[in-house]
Amino acid sequence: MAASDRRPPRTPAGGRTKADQWREQRKREDRAARWAAVSFLVAIVASLALFVVYISGGQAQLEGLTLFIAFGAVGVGLAIWVRVIVGPEEIVEDRYPMRSEDADRDAFEELYQSTMGEVTVGGRRRFLLRLLTGAGLSLGLALLIPIRSLGPGPRNELFRTEWGEGVRVVDEEGEPLRPEDISPDQVVTVFPEGATGSADSQAVLVGLRKDVPTDLRQPTVEGIVVYSKICTHAGCPVGLYRAAVGELLCPCHQSTFGVYDGAEVLSGPAGRPLPQLPIEVDREGYLVAISDFRVPVGPSFWNLTRGDGA
Amino acid sequence: MSTTDESRRQSPLDDVARWLDDRLRLAEGTQRYWRKAFPAHWSFLIGEVALFSLVVLLFTGTFLAFFYVPDTRLVVYDGPYVPLQGQEISAAFDSTLRLSFEVRGGLVMRQIHHWAALVFVAAITVHMLRVFFTGAFRRPRELNWVVGVILLLLAFGAGFTGYSLPDDLLSGTGLRIGYSVLLGIPFVGPLIGFIALGGEYPGTDVLGRLHILHVMLLPAGLIGLVGAHLAILVRQKHTQKPSKKATNTNVVGEPLFPNQTLTSLALFAFTIAVLAMLGGLFEINPVWLYGPYEPFQVFAPAQPDWYMGWLEGLLRLWPNWEFTILGLTIPSTLLPGVILPGLIFTVVGAWPWIDARWITKDHEEHHLLQRPRDVPVRTGIGVGGFVFLLSIFIAGGNDVLASNTATGLQTISAILRVGTIVVPLLIGWIAYRIAKGLKENEAAAARATRSEPASGAQQ
Ligand code: FES
Repeated sequence: MAASDRRPPRTPAGGRTKADQWREQRKREDRAARWAAVSFLVAIVASLALFVVYISGGQAQLEGLTLFIAFGAVGVGLAIWVRVIVGPEEIVEDRYPMRSEDADRDAFEELYQSTMGEVTVGGRRRFLLRLLTGAGLSLGLALLIPIRSLGPGPRNELFRTEWGEGVRVVDEEGEPLRPEDISPDQVVTVFPEGATGSADSQAVLVGLRKDVPTDLRQPTVEGIVVYSKICTHAGCPVGLYRAAVGELLCPCHQSTFGVYDGAEVLSGPAGRPLPQLPIEVDREGYLVAISDFRVPVGPSFWNLTRGDGA
Repeated sequence: MSTTDESRRQSPLDDVARWLDDRLRLAEGTQRYWRKAFPAHWSFLIGEVALFSLVVLLFTGTFLAFFYVPDTRLVVYDGPYVPLQGQEISAAFDSTLRLSFEVRGGLVMRQIHHWAALVFVAAITVHMLRVFFTGAFRRPRELNWVVGVILLLLAFGAGFTGYSLPDDLLSGTGLRIGYSVLLGIPFVGPLIGFIALGGEYPGTDVLGRLHILHVMLLPAGLIGLVGAHLAILVRQKHTQKPSKKATNTNVVGEPLFPNQTLTSLALFAFTIAVLAMLGGLFEINPVWLYGPYEPFQVFAPAQPDWYMGWLEGLLRLWPNWEFTILGLTIPSTLLPGVILPGLIFTVVGAWPWIDARWITKDHEEHHLLQRPRDVPVRTGIGVGGFVFLLSIFIAGGNDVLASNTATGLQTISAILRVGTIVVPLLIGWIAYRIAKGLKENEAAAARATRSEPASGAQQ
């Protein structure tokens, strides 16, 4: 089937006869057919190449490339086919307004009224219908119950961490730390002993420089401060420390917290300081927590300031 | 192809067709759609690219699902990737590494899948812009616009859940931020967060849940709604650019067979080809470089997939307003993370009604497309809105911007804060003026030709 059959004959131009034009068109189509054939051949070769690549162990780049050539060639072949061999064709289809004809609407309305009449006429049947609706709604509500099973409600988890009175401060390996292990500007990710890797108890210990005045909210050990490592913005670990300016930086949305000022927010979108862990030194000379964090760690939530009621 | 029609040959296909028709009475209906008219314009093909990307996603995704293990239990890695050998990693991350390094064809499938997801959302976005600026959403197509907006939301959801599955350092970070934003919703936030994760972050069964969402619920929703989108399209027929021939009561275009069928097949092949090339040659999401997820580690600079960029930008730019009124704390993530995106999607979804009620005041049925200049107010708002999204998208990379220029991060953020408000307003206003100018010029020209002494036999 070729487009030339369908196209309206054009008037000869430039002295060319219709027969000439027809012959030219034929030639053009033959040439296109040849190119399309070449494309499909390329696709066959590329597909076979993909087989070879795959069987001989596979290699991501070559797989991608052969797939690209295979599908690309099929696409080119098809494009030539539709553009040149089939050629453009225009058809016109009627369109009607989307709204149904009035007669149809009326007919349906009548049908609806009469059939619904059978169900609802008379007080009792209407009464039944209402109850059925009620039953449906109640059942819908009951079906929500399984969703509640997906998780426990929050009790005091958001207010508590694994830190507590006398809990030792340990590093990522679980080794307890002494104040003399810490040098100024040193940063260590710390955990409560027995909970290394804990998501909500992670904290960052910073060695303070002697010459910088501090303004801290919690009791701490000389030259050392420990803050929750969870950003109060959206919970990313506050992973970077810029010692020169004494700032902890959260890489997620670039909130910065002043280490010497009780982790006050210096810039960025975080809404409150990182909670500070009150610490002291125990009898054996290790760093321990005096208590849990005094305010909830991590991103804020609605009843943050109300406490857990405990 | 020869121009001379060979006498009809019998092929097995004919027999199958007859067999089916004997049982399903197909000839009549098929005849009607065989020559359905498709207005030929390149911009009509963008939606098809989205559709084809979805097909690629479904196929590659099925392959990946055979190998992926949604389990956070720790295993010792003993695969070929040397830097991680002997390290304890989650079974999920382990399966992702196996898929990438040991399963033949696995890496290319994974990368094609990821690229296809990016192209999918991009194609939906461009398609939406086309529909918006040509007024193709007007009555009777409001419904399909809404279906499209929901499809975009589902695509976002599918992208986010998929991004979180490998359990690498970046995916964990995305999840952490998502949970934190949920947590900040007044009254119900903590409950929603706990229900979503099965407890306090990181929860008990996150990956299992994300997995079921990603491979079952979201694809089911996508397939169902794409079906509805196409069914409504067929029912209402295509819009078209007005011309001498094309009017409000017809459809002028190429027939479904052979022209549109071959064109679409060619486009399908090209889409797969491009995705295969991207997936084969351009590394994407190399999770082994990020390493396994550890709640106390983070990868900087952390960048989400592109379509999340505008949300990220909003979170970054929003000032740190956090206050407590009567014991109720409003976190600084609530407005940029929940309310603003919700508002944006509501306005976009309700646009057909907003447009008809306040801008065009036109509630009639339309099948002819408009040009942006035909409705300057819509064009101005659309351009302004788009530039706004674009600028918060750029803000999502403020750290990258800052590290690539001499300017400090805070200066950049300050500039961006002002810029995201001023620039969209300005460009939107300019777009409005240009559209209005073009429209007025045209109207003047039309008046001039009409008032010239009538020379033709028009009257
Ligand atoms: S999570 Fe730290 S700034 Fe957003």
